[in-house]
Amino acid sequence: MFRRSALVLGSALGLVLASGAAFAQTGKVTVVTSFSKDVTDPIKKAFEKAVPGATLEVQNRNTNAGVKFIEETKGNNQVDLFWASAPDAFEVLKGKKLLSAYKPKATGIAEKVGSYPVNDKDGFYSGFAASGYGIMWNERYVKANKLPTPKEWQDLAQAPYFDHVSISAPSRSGTTHLTIETILQGEGWDKGWRTTKDIAGNLRTVTDRSFGVPEAVNSGQVGYGIVIDFFAFSSQGAGFPVKFVYPSVTTLVPANVAVVANAPNKAGAEAFIEFLLSPTGQEVLLEPTIRRLPVRPETYAKAPADYPNPFKDKNLQGLLTFNAELSEGRTAAVDTLFDQLITFQLEPLKAVTKVLHEVDAALKKKDNAQARALAKEARDLIAAMPITEAQAASPEIKAAFTGGKEKSSRQAELEQQWAAFAKEKYAAAKAKADEALKLAR
Amino acid sequence: MTSIRSPGQIALALAIALFLGVFLIVPVATVVYVAFTEKGGGGLTLVNFLDFGRTDLFVRSFWNSVYVSAMTVVWASVLALPLAYLTTRFEFRGAMLVQTLGFLPLIMPPFVGAVAMQLLFGRNGSVNLLLDEWFDFKIGFMEGLNGVIFLQAIHYFPFILVNLSAALRNIDRSMEEAAQNLGSHGLRLFRRIALPLALPGYIAGASLVFVKVFDDVATPLLLNVKEMLAPQAYLRITSIGIDDPMGYVISVVLILVAVATMWATALVMKGKDYATTQRGGGGLARRQLKPREQVLAYAVVILILALVLAPHVGLVLLSFATVWSFSPLPDGYTLAHYTRVLGDSSVYIKNTLLYAGLAAAIDVVIGGAIAYLVLRTRLPGRQWLDWAASTALAVPGVVLGIGYLRAFYGVSLPDGTPLATLWIVIVLAIAIRRLPYALRAAYAALQQISVSLEEAAENLGATKARTVRRVVIPLMTGGLLAGFVTSFATAAVELSAVLILVQSNSDAPLAYGLYVLMQTPAGRGAGAALGVIAVLIVAICMWLSQLAVDRSQRARGMDI
Repeated sequence: MFRRSALVLGSALGLVLASGAAFAQTGKVTVVTSFSKDVTDPIKKAFEKAVPGATLEVQNRNTNAGVKFIEETKGNNQVDLFWASAPDAFEVLKGKKLLSAYKPKATGIAEKVGSYPVNDKDGFYSGFAASGYGIMWNERYVKANKLPTPKEWQDLAQAPYFDHVSISAPSRSGTTHLTIETILQGEGWDKGWRTTKDIAGNLRTVTDRSFGVPEAVNSGQVGYGIVIDFFAFSSQGAGFPVKFVYPSVTTLVPANVAVVANAPNKAGAEAFIEFLLSPTGQEVLLEPTIRRLPVRPETYAKAPADYPNPFKDKNLQGLLTFNAELSEGRTAAVDTLFDQLITFQLEPLKAVTKVLHEVDAALKKKDNAQARALAKEARDLIAAMPITEAQAASPEIKAAFTGGKEKSSRQAELEQQWAAFAKEKYAAAKAKADEALKLAR
Repeated sequence: MTSIRSPGQIALALAIALFLGVFLIVPVATVVYVAFTEKGGGGLTLVNFLDFGRTDLFVRSFWNSVYVSAMTVVWASVLALPLAYLTTRFEFRGAMLVQTLGFLPLIMPPFVGAVAMQLLFGRNGSVNLLLDEWFDFKIGFMEGLNGVIFLQAIHYFPFILVNLSAALRNIDRSMEEAAQNLGSHGLRLFRRIALPLALPGYIAGASLVFVKVFDDVATPLLLNVKEMLAPQAYLRITSIGIDDPMGYVISVVLILVAVATMWATALVMKGKDYATTQRGGGGLARRQLKPREQVLAYAVVILILALVLAPHVGLVLLSFATVWSFSPLPDGYTLAHYTRVLGDSSVYIKNTLLYAGLAAAIDVVIGGAIAYLVLRTRLPGRQWLDWAASTALAVPGVVLGIGYLRAFYGVSLPDGTPLATLWIVIVLAIAIRRLPYALRAAYAALQQISVSLEEAAENLGATKARTVRRVVIPLMTGGLLAGFVTSFATAAVELSAVLILVQSNSDAPLAYGLYVLMQTPAGRGAGAALGVIAVLIVAICMWLSQLAVDRSQRARGMDI
């Protein structure tokens, strides 16, 4: 008798435990994400339908705030998943040991999209969709100002685009950082910075939010914006008169999802990742408000006719092989260089660029060798860099940003040096350009 | 002064000090101590402050901020003075409406307000597109530092308007009557009697504008002006990977500037007595305007209101617009945005009213108590309460938010959930951020009340507590209400700290819902609709409180 009741009790307990586990797998899954409501709502709906009993609790924060939040609350973590675009945010979290590794069971997922590996090599985060960078523009603005249609990054450096282009600062937007890094890797350090500064001379604004760029293009405050593709696609979806093009030097970057370390509902978190990678989850990405590129090649069969397909489209083949390690090693240096040489020196940089455009126009009418030489000198002065590629990745400079032992100077000192360098070079370039203009006229 | 150090006063002071310590100083200290350490460990150091002084960018930003703040005070005064004077000093039809409308600019919903202003005043906004078409030129309303001054003056002049109006209403009419009997009138009467007596209110408003503009992040960033001090701090603190002390060094500088400003205003007011032995808030006599004056007065008021309400007009247009891009007016109109947000917004509205209401109530109680302790008692160190509370003005919202996470996330409730996940924490953060508004209003109100009234009550045998309850508080009602309204209205659209502290959609206020919508192209119209709803709610609450003030003043002023 006693035995039997113990057995009953035991199996009842087992049942309770089992149902508890089942509940844990489906219950509340908390996700911190930078994705907008337009993206999360359809996915939430589809997920809750596919996994009965599950609810997805979405905390919308921008990428930086999300990273900070997870960092600050790690002692008593309540978040299951981190879900965002920029791979470097995941790198930061991974570096701080705030993610837990998970290898998805789903099969049929591409290894690479474009030339970028879909998943983290150490298994801490998984790509579920891809996006590429390009140029969007407002058709009404372009028509009213009689401006051309761009195809390549270099086009944006031409005279007609002066004061019409907008970009977000790479220190503020992980995806812009990748664009700049793509240009640097594609063209080499010195040439890449030259291209970047040539374009920067035509900038109208450097925004501090990624979404600030499409917002300004949509409302017609600037003509062109350097943006990630889905900003343009979803703007078109909302009816704005905008167009978009992928330049030939672009890179496709996966948007990612990861389980947070010590997740309260680990099983639920894993269930969500599996759902995202499942055929149903991938199809949701095709919705007009989302418009991300699936990482499951077969899903493109269900896409609308004009949908970009990185596994087939010619212009998205043979893209640059992105070196993530190289990029990671110099992230802080590249971002800070951009801020100190461009963002906070935009006025002097624009002033000299404007004169150089005028010199070019004058030279086209009547050539003048001396003026041409001076203009070239001015351009070289603008392109000059305070540090070499090797220095950017050197332990001394890295340590200045992380506070490591090898540092030779503090970050604030470096910044002041670089800013002073740029100021001086741009002033010298302006003098040369002014002289060239006098001669050319 | 009759004041002695009663145990009640000491207990009150200690309670407030504890509140400020736990909810302001400790959380902020957990974040800004980084400013005093060298990166990568090491002991305390001031080297970061030396770096601040050596970096051109920071020095340039500092002076830009000083210039913008000072010029904003000037322009905000130009906007506020006529509205405050005309509506309190004269029989002016619609005075209450003007006061309410004149307050609205302070409630500019985040993000969407910026878009609306760009669409109206931006480089290719309605105004410039029309100017370009008709006259072939454009005006850079929103360019550079002057653009910041333009927007800040429109945005923050209500601080001066509200405090100055409250002060003008509090001046006893017998002062004016005495001057008139002695032959003064017109502008001289205003310059020599009304304005000097209303000075505490004006100073309260102007100092708030100065500090607020100095510490504001949103407006400069929406104009892409980054070379000011507060945006520099914000950009550094919120960029990932750039974990350096300079952002916190700038925060410390911001806090010091805020305290210095409050200290300087206290110095200006020192040794002057603004109190009048009034009979209970009769206010200035309201005079009839002559017909010609009336036309002029209405023209001025309408012109100012048209300017300062333009952003809200843009907001309303945007909320009904289908597509609005590079054109003076939207392509078409629709109700779709309102139907989209109506379902979601009821929980946001409920939370907003609850949070902003509670926060403003906390602010008025604590602000009033601090003002009383500082002005009416001789407790040692009482000034510190004022200064500590005022630093809240300068603490960037992100710093406070992160500080709350650090200080309260580790504290678990009995059931294991962290303290910081409770919605009351959001209320406390908002209350702390808006406390200086209520404090300044209460301070100005108390400065205008003569101590002799309290002394009289005490001579007649009333206890201190009874005197406060029956004499001080009733006389301060106008000022306290002005403080409540300012705190409430601005709390309703607070975002920066909220964004960090919100844990679930069901606890989120309107500003958060708006932020979420404004991150997508399709959400722009819906965000605007939510913004309009937020402004309407606040406007209705304000109009009701204006009504209450007016009623009570009339009742008391006229009966005697």
